[in-house]
Amino acid sequence: MNQRITCIASNTFREAVRDRVLYNLIAFALLLSGAAILVGQISIDIEKLVVINLGLTAVSLFGMIIAIFIGIGLVSKEIEKRTLYTVLSRPVRRWEFIIGKFFGLAGTLVVNAFFMAIGVFGALLYVAHKFQAPDAWVLVALYFIILQFLIICSLALLFSSFSSPLLSAVFAFSLVVIGTFSEDLRNFAAMANGPTKWLETAVAYIVPNFSALNIISSVAHAQPVPTQLIVYNTIYALFYASMALCGAVLIFQRRNLK
Amino acid sequence: MSAIEIIGLEKTYSVGFWRKRPKCALKPLHLTVEEGEIFGFLGPNGAGKTTTLKMLMGLVFPTGGSARILGLDINDPQVKAQIGFLPEQPYFYDYLTAHELLDYYGRLSGVPGKDLLPRIEKVLDRVGLRDVRGVQLRKFSKGMLQRAGIAQAILHEPKIVFFDEPMSGLDPMGRREVRDLMEQLKQEGKTVFFSTHILSDAEALCDRVAVIHLGELRAVGAVAELTSSVQGQIEIVWQGTAVPASIKALGAECHVTGDTVRAVLSEERQDLAVDVLRRERLHMISLVPVRTTLEQYFVEKLKRSEQTAGSLA
Amino acid sequence: MNGSRRVTITAAVLLIVCLAGSIVFLRRIDQLRTSATLEDVLFITSPTAVKRLSLGYEGLLADIYWTRAVQYFGGRHVAGASHYRLLAPLLEITTTLDPHLVVAYQFGSNFLSPKPPNGAGMPERAIQLVNYGIQNNPNDWKLYYELGFIYYMDVKDYAKAANAFARGSRIPDAHPFLKVMAAQMAQHAGDAQMARALWTTTYQSTQDKQIRGNAIAHLRALQVADEVTALEALVGQYKQTTGRTPTSLDELVAAHYLKYVPLDPTGHPYRLVDGNNVEVEFPDEIPFIEKGAPVGYKPPRPKDLEKLGSRYSTCARDLPDCLIQ
Repeated sequence: MNQRITCIASNTFREAVRDRVLYNLIAFALLLSGAAILVGQISIDIEKLVVINLGLTAVSLFGMIIAIFIGIGLVSKEIEKRTLYTVLSRPVRRWEFIIGKFFGLAGTLVVNAFFMAIGVFGALLYVAHKFQAPDAWVLVALYFIILQFLIICSLALLFSSFSSPLLSAVFAFSLVVIGTFSEDLRNFAAMANGPTKWLETAVAYIVPNFSALNIISSVAHAQPVPTQLIVYNTIYALFYASMALCGAVLIFQRRNLK
Repeated sequence: MSAIEIIGLEKTYSVGFWRKRPKCALKPLHLTVEEGEIFGFLGPNGAGKTTTLKMLMGLVFPTGGSARILGLDINDPQVKAQIGFLPEQPYFYDYLTAHELLDYYGRLSGVPGKDLLPRIEKVLDRVGLRDVRGVQLRKFSKGMLQRAGIAQAILHEPKIVFFDEPMSGLDPMGRREVRDLMEQLKQEGKTVFFSTHILSDAEALCDRVAVIHLGELRAVGAVAELTSSVQGQIEIVWQGTAVPASIKALGAECHVTGDTVRAVLSEERQDLAVDVLRRERLHMISLVPVRTTLEQYFVEKLKRSEQTAGSLA
Repeated sequence: MNGSRRVTITAAVLLIVCLAGSIVFLRRIDQLRTSATLEDVLFITSPTAVKRLSLGYEGLLADIYWTRAVQYFGGRHVAGASHYRLLAPLLEITTTLDPHLVVAYQFGSNFLSPKPPNGAGMPERAIQLVNYGIQNNPNDWKLYYELGFIYYMDVKDYAKAANAFARGSRIPDAHPFLKVMAAQMAQHAGDAQMARALWTTTYQSTQDKQIRGNAIAHLRALQVADEVTALEALVGQYKQTTGRTPTSLDELVAAHYLKYVPLDPTGHPYRLVDGNNVEVEFPDEIPFIEKGAPVGYKPPRPKDLEKLGSRYSTCARDLPDCLIQ
C-alpha cells in the first residue's frame, strides 16, 4: 500500500517538476522578490516592510496559482489521457491514487515554497544586512502559507475528482477568495436574521479559514504570533484538508470512468 | 476453472439533465473464455465492447450481473495482479521515458525490486523498444506508443491480457508485429482477450470470437463454425461479355472484366446457373466455391438482426 | 464489494469527524483572533493605497470595512469598553473606499465623537471625517447636520454648530429643523428643547439601527426628565396648597391633581420618594437618564443599542394624557 502511494506521489512530483510552466512561475516569483528590493529603496525605512510584504505575497499568490492549475488537472488529465486506465487496472486502490496524488502535489508546493522563500530571505538579508530575531516570524508566516497550500491542494483534488478542469479552477479560485474573507463572512452570518441565517452560517463555517492563515501584514510589522494560534491553525488545516480528501475519495470511489 | 466468466453483466446509463433517460450500453451478457485461448470480442463501434472491458477492469461499475477472472470476483484486488490491460489509443505520461514508465508501472503492480530491472529490459527487448528506452514518450510515434502499451501490459507477467482495439491506427507493419506478439503470448500459455472491429485480424488470430452489436451478444463460437452457418456461395466465370437476364434473376452479382464475366451467387442455385449457361451456349471457364469471410458473416448477421430489431420496434 | 464498501464507510466517517474537528478549531481560532483582523487596520497607513489595491472592487471592500466597523463598535460598546482606537481608522478606510457611504459619516458623528463608553471620544477626528464627507457629497444635508451635531453635543461650540446647520438648511430637501435650530441657537443652546430637536432629527435622518437606538435612548431620557420635572412641580403645588407632604402619587390622584398615575417609557408608574423626588422604578432600563434616577445612581454597562431601538415602539406620551387641565 505505502509503496503504491509513494510511487504515485513521486510520479506526480516528477510530472510537476518536468512541466516547464512551473519554472516560469518560480522565476517570476523570484523576480518579484528582486523587485521588492528596488521598490523598498524608494523609502529607506520601509524597505524591510516592502520586501516581506511583497515577497511573501508572491510566494502565497504564485503557490496558490500553481496549486490550482496543477491540482485541477490531477485527476481529469489522467482520465482524458487514459493513463488512469492503466493505473487502475493494476492492484492500486482508488483511494491510494487520490492520496498519492495529494502528497505529490503537496510535496511540489512545499519544495516550490522553499525555493521562493530562499529568494525572500535573500532579499531580506540584502536590505537589512543581517537577520534579526523578529525575522523568525516570517518563517511562521511561510508555514501558514504552506498550510494554505495543503488546503488548496485538497480542494483542487476534490473538484478534479468529479468536475472538468475549467469548472474546478473556478470553484477552487472562488473558495480561495471567499476564504480570505471568511472571518467577515462569519460576522455577516452572525448579524443575519431569518431563514437564510442557517444557510449563511453553514457556508461561513465550511469555507476554508484563510483569514487566520494570512498573517503577512502583521509579520511585516514584526508582530509576534501566539503559539496557540500556530497549534490551532495546524490542527484546523489538517482536519480541513483531510475532510476534502475524504470527499475526493468518496466521489472517486464510485465514479464511472467512461 | 475458466479464465474469464461473465455472468449477466449489464450496464445502463442514466442520461439527461435529471438523469431520467436510461440508455442501455450493454444488455445482460453471458460469456466464458477458457485459459490459453485467444478470444476476439467483435462488433462495430459503439456496440458495447469497450464498456464490457472497462467493467472487467473495474473502471466502470456494472448495473447488474457479475464476473469472475481466474475464479476470483472482479472486485477482488488480487485479480488485478494477474491481468494486464492495454486501453484503446493510449497516451501515457509523455514526460516519462519508456524505461521510467515501465519502472512506474512495475512498482504499482508489485513487481519485487530485484526483479524489476531485468524484467523491464526483457520486455523492452521483446517489443522492440530497447534502443529508445531513454527517450521521452512525447517523442514516440503511434506504433511505438502501442508497443509501449503492450510492454506495460505484460511487464508483470499476468496470466490474462486484455487489449482494447490493439491494431487501431497502426500501419500494416505495426499490425503484423502486434499479431505476432499475440501469438507468442498464446504460446506462453497466456490468455488473450481483445476487442476489435477489424475482422480480418480476428479471423487470422482467434480461436473463438463473440459478436456483439447494440449492446447485445449475437453469437459466440469458433470462426469456422460461425462462417459455416452463413450460406455458401459459388463463383462462376465464363467467356464473353453477355450477362443473361436469367442469371441475374437467380440473384447473382455479375462483373464484366475484359472478355470474361464473373458471377457470384448462392450455392443452392449452382445447378440452375449451369443450366442457364448451357442453354445460352456460354463457355464456362471455372466454377469454385467462395469461402465466407467473417466480414460477410458479420454484414449478413447484423443486417438480419437490424431487420428483426426494426420489425420489433 | 467488501473492500470497496469498507473504504466508502471509512471515508464517510472520517469526513464527518474531520468536518466536526475543523469547525471546533475554527471557533477556537476565531476566539483567539477577535480583534486580530481588525488590528491589521492600524498598519494601513494610507487608505488610498487600499483603494488602489482593491482593483476596482472598492464598493465591496467598503462594505466589508463598514461591517467590521459596526461589529467592532457594537461588540465593544456592550462590553463597556474604555477605548475604541480602531473605530477611526475603520471609518476612514470605509469612507475612502466609498466616499458616498453617508451612514459611515453618521456613525462617526454619533459614535466616534462622544466620550467612552458611549463613543471613542475623538470629536476632532469625527469632524475631519464629516468634512471629508461634505467635500464628496456637497448636496447632502445630512452631513452638514452631523457636523453641526458634533459641534453642539461634544465640542459645545454653538456658533460653529449654528453655522453648519445654516449651511445645511439651504439644501433644498433638508430637514425643516435645521433652519429652526440655526435660528434658535443663540437663545436655546444647551436646553432640552434643542436636544429633543436634535435627537429627533438624528432618528429621522438614518435607517441604521444602532444610531436610531441611541437617538431613542436619548429621547426617552429627555422625556423622563421632562415628566419628572412636571410631576415634581405638581408635588410642590400640592404641598403648598394642602400643607401636607404626600407619600405617594396616589394621593395626588385622590386630590384630583392627576387623573391617574402616569407611566414612564418603560411602562411602569412613576414613584414618589421621600415626599420630594419623583423617580422611575427601573432606572437601568433608561440609558442616559439624568432626572428621575435615585441619588447616587451609577449607570450599568451600556445596552445593546439595536435592541433599544426596537423594544419600545413609540415614545408613549402618557403624561399629558393624565394631567388634569
